[in-house]
Amino acid sequence: MGETPSKQVVVLACSGIGKTWGALARETALELVERVRPGVAKLICLPLLVINDTEARRSVLEHPVITLDGCPKACARKSVEALGKKVEQPLETIQFYTAHRALKPEGVAQLNEAGLKLAQVAANELGSTVDRLAEGEKI
Amino acid sequence: MGIPVAKIGIVPCSGEALPAGTVCRLACRQVLDKLRPGQTVAICLPLFIAGGEEERGFAARHPTITVDGCEKRCAAKATEMFSGKPVQALLIPDILAKHSMPMPTRLRSFGAEEEAAVRAVADEIAQAVDTAVAQTRTLENQHGAV
Repeated sequence: MGETPSKQVVVLACSGIGKTWGALARETALELVERVRPGVAKLICLPLLVINDTEARRSVLEHPVITLDGCPKACARKSVEALGKKVEQPLETIQFYTAHRALKPEGVAQLNEAGLKLAQVAANELGSTVDRLAEGEKI
Repeated sequence: MGIPVAKIGIVPCSGEALPAGTVCRLACRQVLDKLRPGQTVAICLPLFIAGGEEERGFAARHPTITVDGCEKRCAAKATEMFSGKPVQALLIPDILAKHSMPMPTRLRSFGAEEEAAVRAVADEIAQAVDTAVAQTRTLENQHGAV
């Protein structure tokens, strides 16, 4: 029987509605929390930080955080930093494409097949990051 | 010369952790891309914090319609906090209840039932856009176009 991880890891994805990279952030986050590390990776709605929701703020401050941003404006990372916290693993989704150029994401409302595959690959790769953060390691 | 078209800002909550957030995102995209293209502009909610004056300024100068997936009403509250009161604040549970539709339970991979919910919400947003455009034109007629 495996040990229960010591911590949850908060995942915050860009809410971008206008760009493919935002859609990729959302899909990668969903892959991570639903398939790759369910129960350990915990998704929180980014807009809750915008309105300074007490419960969301507490989760972010008490747990390690991975941010997935779709553009250099880095809304997810900056929303955490606005709380006075440094993000343990800030990422921009274009990094995933740079590492896997055969998978070119397209689409906004719905990612193409390559985009969906890229989200799966990225989430798989992030699994070990979640594990390390959950055990209290620094990245 | 055509009549200038008022631009309406659509502020979706897009909540990542809620099925209604996905409905919100998809419905807003339908309005932006298919139902009312050219009349609507998307405003990314987190840009109110991370962005600059551009996002806040647009929402302050143009009528906005907020679309929220839950009672926390992040989009409506943030828009009011950072830019000004939205002309309409829509709530997805209310819209689906009005249409006797169940709340979706999946975050993605939507089927026919969820797609029907997306369409119902999109239609409601489109109606809100029409109302906002009509109100803007009435004001312009009364006070002169800005």
